[in-house]
Amino acid sequence: MHDRSRWRAWLLSLAILASALLVWHAATRGEGGQATVDAEYAALVGQAAAAGGQTPMPGPMEVGRQIWQHLQDPFYDRGPNDKGVGIQLAYSLGRVLIGYLAAALVAIPVGFLIGMSPTVHRALDPYIQVLKPISPLAWMPLALYTLRDAGVSAVFVIFICSVWPMLINTAFGVASVRQDWLNVARTLEVSRLRTAFYVVLPAAAPTIMTGMRISIGIAWLVIVAAEMLIGGTGIGYFVWNEWNNLSIANIISAILLIGMVGMLLDALLARLSRLVSYKE
Amino acid sequence: MSLFRDPFDPAVRLTPSCPCGRHASQAEHDAQASLSQETLQDRAVDAAIMRALFPQDDLRRRFIRAVGAGTAMAAVSTLFPLAAAREAFAQGQGPLEKSKLKVGFIPITCATPIIMAHPMGFYARQGLDVEVVKTAGWALIRDKALSGEYDAAHMLSPMPLAISMGVGSNPVPWTMPAVENVNGQAITLAMRHKDRRDPRDWKGFKFAVPFDYSMHNYLLRYYLAEHGIDPDRDVQIRSVPPPEMVANLRAENIDGFLAPDPVNQRAVYDGVGFIHILSREIWDGHPCCAFAASRQFVTAMPNTYQALLKAIIQATAYARDPANRKEIAAAIATPNYLNQPVTVVEQVLTGTYADGLGNVRREPARIDFDPFPWQSFAVWIMTQMKRWGQIKGDVDYAKIASEVFLATDAVRLMKEAGLAPPEETSKPFTVMGKPFDPAQPQAYIESFPIRRT
Repeated sequence: MHDRSRWRAWLLSLAILASALLVWHAATRGEGGQATVDAEYAALVGQAAAAGGQTPMPGPMEVGRQIWQHLQDPFYDRGPNDKGVGIQLAYSLGRVLIGYLAAALVAIPVGFLIGMSPTVHRALDPYIQVLKPISPLAWMPLALYTLRDAGVSAVFVIFICSVWPMLINTAFGVASVRQDWLNVARTLEVSRLRTAFYVVLPAAAPTIMTGMRISIGIAWLVIVAAEMLIGGTGIGYFVWNEWNNLSIANIISAILLIGMVGMLLDALLARLSRLVSYKE
Repeated sequence: MSLFRDPFDPAVRLTPSCPCGRHASQAEHDAQASLSQETLQDRAVDAAIMRALFPQDDLRRRFIRAVGAGTAMAAVSTLFPLAAAREAFAQGQGPLEKSKLKVGFIPITCATPIIMAHPMGFYARQGLDVEVVKTAGWALIRDKALSGEYDAAHMLSPMPLAISMGVGSNPVPWTMPAVENVNGQAITLAMRHKDRRDPRDWKGFKFAVPFDYSMHNYLLRYYLAEHGIDPDRDVQIRSVPPPEMVANLRAENIDGFLAPDPVNQRAVYDGVGFIHILSREIWDGHPCCAFAASRQFVTAMPNTYQALLKAIIQATAYARDPANRKEIAAAIATPNYLNQPVTVVEQVLTGTYADGLGNVRREPARIDFDPFPWQSFAVWIMTQMKRWGQIKGDVDYAKIASEVFLATDAVRLMKEAGLAPPEETSKPFTVMGKPFDPAQPQAYIESFPIRRT
């Protein structure tokens, strides 16, 4: 029974994909108009312009070809402004990981402190409430101005956008550790440090991991936008560079790749959070 | 370079016979390429001295043939300290303070000399290892140049003036040692306006220009105002990064733009717009983009600055020759630089182009490359900044122009590159038939009925 419903879900998924591709294909099929201008002029403009129209949106076949081409040689390097899509993704992932790990190093200890001490919580709360809703890209000009380096600025933006979910979730997880467990620890005269590591941390770990999972999602969302602004390297720059060339097929391929990598990152964190989860 | 050879000399070959185009034969090219930089330099010094001693080349050859090269050299050395001269010359050039440089550019054809100097080896010939970095927009290129991430950058020629005066950013002394290109811009309109060619009918249009402090902005405003359209009240002018212009035109967000190429030609290529006029019909010979560096870079690293400028000016001289344009188009259209179809870039550089209305036009002067930073250009730009309210109060036009547009270095290096620099640093010119006198900027501003002062 369970098996059958899974098969049905698969079939439905495939049907949705197939019909989406069909609609796309039908919508973008070129009219195949004849050139209405003389040969010399036609040689100077695109195929569609020669027929008196506009260059159409690429169809699924063209995008598929483009993706296949990218996947065949993802790591070429022809100078600072032309690198393979694999290298670009690696640059983006590198920035995300550095910013994200730095954020974790700050957010988890601070979150612990906030969660364990109501005084610190009340003192820091107004700052967190003001800083949290700021769009990470709004920090970009300030970062460029003060850090004076575009690459570092991008990492900073990742840091600032991934710090809040981790901070808030850690604080929440730590603050809502069951009082009974803390009381037991106190009765046994366990030191505060030991309590933090052996009672609070394992108890709050699932909530902390949830925060980390939200953060990596946001970081991956933001890096593309940040790289479109700073240029140079990364998948966001790749999208911008192809936008510059009005190559929609390349942009769609990049969008699909960004989605895939985002899914992989999320799956990775989901697996990690299963490791630390427990049943009461 | 065939450009600088005497075309009336029967012994001279105008078509290059070696890959670099500077030698008469492949053998000569190989021989020269195998020599080290110092040897070449020493040879140049020796040749200059020998030419001075023997004004007639025939005499020199007979003398050397008679006594042998070794004896000849010894004899000349007793008369003239050859070794010392070689040394003095080598020192005159000085060691480079920094050989790894970063130069930012925007992917448009105006940047041709800055870009092509990389794949075609003009930087390397000066001993520089330059990384040319594609940048997403003018504001970003300014910020990266201000922060020192770029040693020098491709800018719009009004930008160094704006930065020096602190308009739109903190005031930082900036310099513009060379203009990149003259002309080479165009007004492109959406296809649906192909029957509305008279600017007087353009009330309510939305236009895009690449940046507030750009020749594009000033030329478009000038053009509209001359046709009685107030650019602030009757139409909307927005600043849009060049790559987004064609997409916006296609989406009907804007009615047209005055933009750098290849954007105009790209709009034609994709069937989205047509070229209304080229910018040279507004002002023939107007400057557009510039090679710019901070004054601090110029003074702290004089030798590096000289070498870099020399590479740029030589590249500009090479780009000037129409015979080289196709080769350049192929070199800079790649994804690493402009990332455009080759034919688009080629149409811009050769001036044989499709106008979007079914005609093939031939205007070889569509874009040209002339490095000389005329100070009168700077004065004109400042009059327009003042006319449209970007700067307020009194402006010392001549002083700022001479501080930012560095004409003296350009004169010397242009001579070395085989170009003929002008005698003066200022010249009058006409814009849409109206003469401009750089000595009377204030009177010029007041002569316009539409202005914001």
